[in-house]
Amino acid sequence: MKVESHSCEVLQHDWVNARYKYLRLRCPAPLARATVAGQFFQLACPHGETEQPFLRRPMSVYGIGPQDERIEFLYHVKGVGTRALERLRPGGTLEMFGPLGRGFRFSPQWQRILLVARGVGLATMAPLVPLAARAGVGITALLSARAPSDLMQEEFLRGAPAQVHAVYDSDGSSAVDRVEALLRDVLLRQRFDMVYTCGSNRLLFLMQKMQMRGEAALEQQMACAMGVCLSCVRLFNEGGEKVFRRVCCEGPVFPIATVSGEVQFG
Amino acid sequence: MADLRVNIGTLILKNPVMPASGCFAYEYEQALDLSRLGALVTKSVTPKSRIGNPVPRVCETPAGMLNSIGLPSHGQRYFLEEIAPHYSAVSAPLVASVSADTAEEFGMACEVFSAPGIAAIEANISCPNLEADGRAFAMSATDTHAALHAMKKRTRLPIWAKLTPNVTDIAEIARAAEDAGADALVVANTFLAMAIDPETRKPRLGNVMGGLSGPAVRPLIVRMVFQCHRAVKIPVIGCGGIVTAEDAVEHLLAGATAVQVGTASFLDPAAMVRIIEGLEAYCGRHGVARIAELIGAVSIDPGITDRWLRLAQQSG
Repeated sequence: MKVESHSCEVLQHDWVNARYKYLRLRCPAPLARATVAGQFFQLACPHGETEQPFLRRPMSVYGIGPQDERIEFLYHVKGVGTRALERLRPGGTLEMFGPLGRGFRFSPQWQRILLVARGVGLATMAPLVPLAARAGVGITALLSARAPSDLMQEEFLRGAPAQVHAVYDSDGSSAVDRVEALLRDVLLRQRFDMVYTCGSNRLLFLMQKMQMRGEAALEQQMACAMGVCLSCVRLFNEGGEKVFRRVCCEGPVFPIATVSGEVQFG
Repeated sequence: MADLRVNIGTLILKNPVMPASGCFAYEYEQALDLSRLGALVTKSVTPKSRIGNPVPRVCETPAGMLNSIGLPSHGQRYFLEEIAPHYSAVSAPLVASVSADTAEEFGMACEVFSAPGIAAIEANISCPNLEADGRAFAMSATDTHAALHAMKKRTRLPIWAKLTPNVTDIAEIARAAEDAGADALVVANTFLAMAIDPETRKPRLGNVMGGLSGPAVRPLIVRMVFQCHRAVKIPVIGCGGIVTAEDAVEHLLAGATAVQVGTASFLDPAAMVRIIEGLEAYCGRHGVARIAELIGAVSIDPGITDRWLRLAQQSG
């Protein structure tokens, strides 16, 4: 069967800064061979005394391989699920199923790609970095974070060469108008075969406004993560028509141009 | 190997395990062999197309979840042309779930679904009745009878009535469905519920209220299966909180002839196959030759209350 549950062994589980944690797993199957950048797994966060997360947590892969049974995650410890997950220790077991969803497009024939990330959105795009580096495809990255301590540039690049533009909330450089000016400048000086973004609706809609063509990885609350329950829909503009798509199986990666503005309720 | 076959009226299922409506679609083919299931039950289809409810459509709760998906549907024609053909190579019988706004519309929907490839119709009468101020059909014995009656007039396919647990006396509703000719009962749908985020003060669902499912509801539904089994002669299909084979056995002992698995598939997409294998193991362990022996076989001592009272009087 294509989608199965796996009991994975926790090999390493460390804080990378005050809010983000890195998790490396040994899977009982060669999942790295089956997984592409942008895909995700459904994680069974372990039950503890204070947290009993009932639903699985969708989490995009941060690292694929190099060994066939290695899968890595980098996540923000934020809610009930990630607080429960955070307690796993090396030697412990994490139950998960996947890989799920449609990943990013990539071609080793390309000359240069642009990655635009906000916060932990960089984890979702991180598997593109070694792909590009191995193929000799140039990388330009615009990384947006609350403060320099949250940037995780080394975690993102892991030694790969790249041209990096970092912007922060702490000095105001991450404001949309300033990022727009920065992006215009970058686009004047370099040509990109592909543009990717993840982690910020504001950045996504800025890129859409600037008519940048590329792909965005989206988030939505999920239950089944396989296209069955219809809970994770978002709205898209496709050929002049508004359509609902399931983020789990028709995404989570979608063309930037098609994503429709989210309606805020309540 | 135990005989896992059960009969739902004239329909013979190779085992008693099937998905709950709304918790199954063709995509699960990636995680399990659909032909191993006792039956396939689709998400409810409405005669008119609907876009569904605002997100968030789900949230988790202790040992369960709330959902308010809102029956997004492309209509019945789309189902017959685009969805049903996916299942033509699957040996398990296809049960099409329908939902409609009025009794007459339920009848027409059944006529449209009386098509090759559909083995039975599950009538989702747990949805709001536009002719009764939005109250679910299955909240009233009269409305239940009217909807079932309208459907039985328009089709020769077996009709399974899916009841709502949001009632005072489910046995009364069960009898009304049976009187109107229902071939089986599905007991039951989700419990109307609500959750609020104390940090944001907002409801956790876009639709404010939704339906509670998962292990949290199992004891409530097992009680209702027991009550319905006592009240009617038609088969009862238990649906509520089943995660393991032992949970399924609990439903059978309470009086279910077959079971539906919903929320558990979200946690493990292969849950239904795991439950079928677990039922085989259970039968082996307990020397059960035919799983049908378990239906309603809860071992209740009918004299216990009298003996208890006598004992209390003697010692007093």
